[in-house]
Amino acid sequence: MLTLTCPCCGVTVEETELAPGGEAHLKRFGPGSTDAEFETYMFARKNPKGVHFERWRHAYGCGKWFLAARCTVSWEVFGTYPAQTTEPPAELIAKIKEKRPGWEGWK
Amino acid sequence: MSEAVSALKGESHVGFATVTEAGVTGMITLRADLAATATRIALAGQGLKLPGAREIVAGDKGRFTGWMSPDELLVICAYEDAPAVAAGLAKSLHLEHALVTNVSDARARFTISGAKADQVLTKLCPVDFATLKAGEMRRTRAAQVAAAIWRSGPEELSLVCFRSVAGYVMGILEVSSRQGGELF
Ligand SMILES: [Zn+2]
Repeated sequence: MLTLTCPCCGVTVEETELAPGGEAHLKRFGPGSTDAEFETYMFARKNPKGVHFERWRHAYGCGKWFLAARCTVSWEVFGTYPAQTTEPPAELIAKIKEKRPGWEGWK
Repeated sequence: MSEAVSALKGESHVGFATVTEAGVTGMITLRADLAATATRIALAGQGLKLPGAREIVAGDKGRFTGWMSPDELLVICAYEDAPAVAAGLAKSLHLEHALVTNVSDARARFTISGAKADQVLTKLCPVDFATLKAGEMRRTRAAQVAAAIWRSGPEELSLVCFRSVAGYVMGILEVSSRQGGELF
């Protein structure tokens, strides 16, 4: 069971109170982009074995979206942070690097 | 004016705890900037206090304000008072980016009472009731539907949900509170 702390209301909840929103920090390619860029934006996702940044919504609670970093293998949660964040916070990245020395980075 | 009727007309069941549909209740949804002075003033004008994150605080005349999200409050008052309280809040906030709606007829309220009241909800909600403090507003799910829960008395919990699922909620509360179904 995945347990995440919602940064919007501060409560630690288990997965069934949340709705998953897929990969975080996607860059949108809309009007004016090439077909290849748009296709990548629409369909290409990382699906890593290891560190993953995700969007989650506290659906049964405060209703807000937030972001989370976790390991898809061990289900260890590295941290959660507000959705109004264009890239993972520096201290979270430092924490992940410390725990996963071989990690290739989030981009 | 037609007679106001609650979802289940006060239906009640007694098991190892007592579950009751609490009758008509005034409920108002307020969406606003909770940090704004205008919001605090608007609440004070109706005898209401501003709760902190995940709190429910008592005001005057048995009214309560519950924190629902970083930009949403739930005002609980007497059913008859709700239209006037909502109008008063709306008037006070008319220059702000805010939304006030009387949702009394769109909601249902239940009470779960008795020494083992917690156990009725422990079976239905993914919440650690041992750590749910008095004065805390906990939005969660009750089996398959959204609910908000708080401690409304020494041995009593209150639950609010959408009126459309009141029958479902009474069903799960009744089964969960049946005699012999205690957890410990
Ligand atoms: Zn939340």
